[in-house]
Amino acid sequence: MRLFSRSGKAKPRRPLSSNRTAAQDLPSRGVFTRRALVMMAAQSAVLGVLGDRLYKLQVSEGGKYAALAENNRVSTRLLAPPRGRILDRFGAPLAANKVNWRALLLAEQTADVPATLDRFSSIIPIDDHDRARIERELKHKRRFIPVVVRDFLSWDDMARIEVNAPDLPGILIDVGTTRLYPQGPLLAHVVGYVAPPNEKDVARDQTLALPGMRIGRAGVEQFHDAGLRGTPGSVQMEVNSVGRVMAELNRQEGIQGEELGLSIDLGLQQAVADRLTDQAASAVVMDCRTGEVLAMVSNPSFDPSLFDSGVSQQQWIDWTNDQRTPLINKAVAGVYPPGSTFKPAVALAAMQAGTLRPTDRIFCPGYLDVGGVRFHCWAKHGHGSLDLHGGIKFSCDVFFYEVARRTGMDAIAATGHQLGLGTVLPIELPHQRAGLIPTPTWRRSKGKHWNGGDTINSGIGQGYVQATPLQLATYCSRVATGRAVEPHLTRTVGGIIQVASEPAHFKPLPMPDEQLAALRGGMFAVVNEAHGTAPKARLPMDGVQMAGKTGSAQVRRVSRWLRESGHFDSSRLPWEMRPHALFIAFAPYDAPQYALSVVVEHGNAAAEVAAPLARDIMMDTLNRDPANRKDAPGQRVADAE
Amino acid sequence: MITEKRLLRAEPNFRLLAKLWRINWIYVLLICLLGGVGYGALYSAGGGSAKPFAGPQSIRFALGVVMMVALAMVSPKLLVKLAWPFYFFSLALLVAVLRMGHVGKGAERWLILGGVQLQPSELAKIALALALATWFHRASYKRMGNPLFLIPPAIMTLVPVALVLKEPNLGTAVIIACVGAAIFLGAGMRLWQVALLAAPVPFLGEFAYSHLHDYQKARITTFLHPESDPLGAGYNIIQSKIALGSGGMWGQGYLHGTQGQLNFLPEKQTDFIFTMIAEEWGLVGGLCVMGLLLLTILGGMLMALRCRHQFGRLLALGISMNFFLYCAVNLSMVMGAIPVGGVPLPLISYGGSAMLTVMFGFGLLLSVYVHRDMRFGEVERAGV
Repeated sequence: MRLFSRSGKAKPRRPLSSNRTAAQDLPSRGVFTRRALVMMAAQSAVLGVLGDRLYKLQVSEGGKYAALAENNRVSTRLLAPPRGRILDRFGAPLAANKVNWRALLLAEQTADVPATLDRFSSIIPIDDHDRARIERELKHKRRFIPVVVRDFLSWDDMARIEVNAPDLPGILIDVGTTRLYPQGPLLAHVVGYVAPPNEKDVARDQTLALPGMRIGRAGVEQFHDAGLRGTPGSVQMEVNSVGRVMAELNRQEGIQGEELGLSIDLGLQQAVADRLTDQAASAVVMDCRTGEVLAMVSNPSFDPSLFDSGVSQQQWIDWTNDQRTPLINKAVAGVYPPGSTFKPAVALAAMQAGTLRPTDRIFCPGYLDVGGVRFHCWAKHGHGSLDLHGGIKFSCDVFFYEVARRTGMDAIAATGHQLGLGTVLPIELPHQRAGLIPTPTWRRSKGKHWNGGDTINSGIGQGYVQATPLQLATYCSRVATGRAVEPHLTRTVGGIIQVASEPAHFKPLPMPDEQLAALRGGMFAVVNEAHGTAPKARLPMDGVQMAGKTGSAQVRRVSRWLRESGHFDSSRLPWEMRPHALFIAFAPYDAPQYALSVVVEHGNAAAEVAAPLARDIMMDTLNRDPANRKDAPGQRVADAE
Repeated sequence: MITEKRLLRAEPNFRLLAKLWRINWIYVLLICLLGGVGYGALYSAGGGSAKPFAGPQSIRFALGVVMMVALAMVSPKLLVKLAWPFYFFSLALLVAVLRMGHVGKGAERWLILGGVQLQPSELAKIALALALATWFHRASYKRMGNPLFLIPPAIMTLVPVALVLKEPNLGTAVIIACVGAAIFLGAGMRLWQVALLAAPVPFLGEFAYSHLHDYQKARITTFLHPESDPLGAGYNIIQSKIALGSGGMWGQGYLHGTQGQLNFLPEKQTDFIFTMIAEEWGLVGGLCVMGLLLLTILGGMLMALRCRHQFGRLLALGISMNFFLYCAVNLSMVMGAIPVGGVPLPLISYGGSAMLTVMFGFGLLLSVYVHRDMRFGEVERAGV
C-alpha cells in the first residue's frame, strides 16, 4: 500500500543486521508484526460478519422488516384494563364499566401536532379547556403513549373522523371503558368515584398514563384502588404511513381488576335513602353480629359520574355553598355531639369504675349545682328518685351529671373507646374522622384548662364529645352483642370472602354481661315502656321489640335566662341553630341482629324526628332481613318473569 | 528493513515543515470523509437542516482536525514524558466523576470541566494506551517472558477498568480491558500466559452477571427477547431492525427514510445514526460507511507496523484497537447483535466529547507516523 509507506518503496532494501538497535528490536518487532497482522485479520473478519448481518437485515430478511416498516408499521400500544366491578351483597352492580368510543392522538405519528388538532377541531370542536389539557398531557407523556382528544364519540362523530382520516395523521379511534354508576347518587359516598389521574399519580405509576385509566378518589373506589385497577394488556397493530390502524396483529387483553362485593344491601340502601327524604341526615344500618354495614346513607348526595369527565365550575360552587354538605360522607366524616345517646356509655363507665350499681338511686330535683354553677335537667321540675333503668328510660340529665361527676372523665373515655367512640374504626373508607371523647389531658395538650363543668356536660354527650354516625352504630352493636364488633363494607374481593362473618370473630368486651344487660334494659324501656322518651320508635310488629336511645345535640349554648324565661322553643330558631336529632337502636331486643344510628342535622326533636325514622328503617331492615338471605327480596320473582 | 539514510532523517530535530510534509494526509482525508458522512447524516437527522445537530458538530470537527494536526507535530519523546502525568490525571478524573459526576441516562458519567462536558472514561482509554506503550517500549522480547514484569502494567490496566465498572459503565470497561489486552499481546506477552489468563474468563463472566445491576441484566434479557419489553429497551432494538429492513438494498433516499424522519427510530442522531444512514442509503451506503471505517482501522494498524520503535507501534495499536472496538460495539448494537450499551459511532454520531477524544487519539497516531523512523528508545541491554 503506497499510501502507508510512501518513503520506503523505491529505496533498495538491505537487512539492518549491522545496526545494533534494530537487531535488538528484531524479535519484538517480528512478534508485533505477526500479532498485529492476526489482529487486523480479526478486525476485518468482525466487520465482515457485521456486513453479512447487515446484508441479512436489509436484503435477505429485509422484506420482513420492510413490510413492517413501510405501509404496515408495527405499533404497540398498552391497553388500559377494565376496572373491577363493585357489587352489593346480592350481586347488584354498584359500579360497572361502559363502552366509550374515543379519539386518541398518537404524537409520534404526526409531524405537526397543533395542525392536526386544528383540523380535528374543525370537524369536532375542542374547547379551550380540553385543548390545554391535551397539550399538557402531550408534554408529559412519552411520544408513543396516546392522549385522549375526545371522549364519548357518537356514531356520527366517528363517521366524520373516519371520512377525514387522511387529514388527521396521528388521530385514531379507540374503544375504552368508562366508569358507570348505575345507582347514581344513592351510593356515591360509599362507592366513591374515579377521576383521571394527575401528574403526581402518573409519576408514581407509569401505567396510569394510559388513556382511560382512572384513579379512585373517594369511597371504596379509593380504598380498594390498587385491587380494582387491574393489569394493563397490550395490542400490536399494523399502522400505515400516516398512522392509521390497518389491522391488529396480536392482542393481549389487560386483566380486569378484582370484583368487589360490598356488604351493602342495595334495596335497603334505597329504602333508607327514601326515608331520609332531602334532609341533611345520615343513617347507618349494621349487622350487629358480624359488623357488616348493610346500608350507609349520607344525605344529600351527588352524582359520582360527574367526576369522570371533570366537574364544572358552577357545580363545584353549588356543592360547596350547600349548607347540607353534599360532598361529605356524614356517616364517617360528619362529627356530632352524641347528646343523650352517650348516656348508656357513661353509665357503663360508672359501673366499670364501681361508682354506680344498677340499683343505686339518684334524686333529680331538676338541676344539679356543681362548683357554684347550676346545671339543668331537660325536665324543668325534675324526675325525682331514679335508678339506672329509670335514668336511661327518662334520659334524666341530672342522673348522668351526677354519674359523670362521680366517675371522672378518664374512666368515661376509656369505656367509650372500648365501645368504639372516639376511635378510628377499620371501615374501608378514606377521610374517616375519629370523633372525640375529651379528657383533661387532651384539654391540657391544647393549652387550655379543664373545668369540673366540662365533665358534667360530657356526661350527657354535650360539650366537646363528638361521634360519627358509624361510631354510634358500632357502639350500639357492641352494647347489643357484648362483643367488640368492627364495622366493615368489603364482603368479597375477587369472589373470595374477606372477613369471617361470624360473631365469634370478635372478642368479647371486658365488661360483665349484667352491666350491658342493664343498659339494654334501659334502652328497651326508652321505646317500649310507658313514659319512655321515644314511644314513637315502638315497632308495629308482634313479638319483635326494638331498644334504642334518643339524643339531641345542641349546636349552641342555651342560656339559663332564656331557659327559665319559659320562652325557649328550639323549633323557632333558624335551621342552622337547631339541635341535631339522633337515635341509636338495635333489634330484636331478645336476640339482637341489627343495629342502626340515625342523625338528622338540625332535626330539632329526637323523639319526634329521629325516633320514627329509626323505627321505619328498622322495619325495612327486619322485613328484608338481608343478613339471613341469599337473594335480594323480590329478586327471585324478577328472575322467574 | 531500513536504510541508513532514512535513519539519519529520523533525527528528532528536523524542521516543522518537513514534519508537516510527513503527515499521512491521505489518512487525514479518510477521517475527513467520515466526518463528512457524519455531517450528512446529522443534517438528515435534523430533518433536513443544519440545526440542531450538523452545524455545531461540524465546528467541533474542524477544531478536532486542527488539534489532530498539531498533535502530529509532538515528538514521541515528549509523549513518553507526559504519559505518566496524563495517566494519573485521567485516574483522578475517574475518581472525581465517581464522587461528583452527573449520571446521564443509563449510567454514562460525565464531568463539566470549564464548560465542557467530559467523559473521563473516554480519556482513560487513550491515557492507558500511552502509559502501557511507555512501560513496554524498552522491554526486550526476553524480558516480556518474565511474568513479574507484566504485573505492574496489569495493575495499570485493571485500576481504570475497575473505576469505570464502578460508574457503572460495563461497555466502556470492557473496551478499556480489550485495548489493554491488545497492547500486552503486541508487546510480546507469551501466548501460554494469554491462554492461562483466558481460561477462567467464562467463570468470571458468570460471576460478573450475578453482580450486574438490574438495568444491565434487563438489557441482556431484552436483547435476547426484544419482544418481551416492546415499549422499553426492546423498543430501540426492534425499531432499529425495522428501519434497517426498510432501507433495503438501495435505501429510501437521502432525507426520505420513513423510520428516521418520522421519529420511529430513537436516538437517531447519537447511538442509532448508522441505522439512519443505512435506512436512507440502503445496504450499499451502509457497506460503504463500514468500508471507510475498516480502512481507518487497518490504516492505523499499518502505521503501527511501519513504525520503528516499540512505543509508537504499541500506541498506534492501542488507538486503532480502541477505534475498532468503538465501531464494532456500535454496529453490533444497532444490528441487534449485542445488548444496547450507549456507545456512539465514532466520528459520525452527534456529540463533542466522544468525537474529540477519538480525534485526540488520531493525533497521537499521526505523531507516531510522522516520527516513525526516529531513533528512539534503544532496547535495554538486559534483553540482549
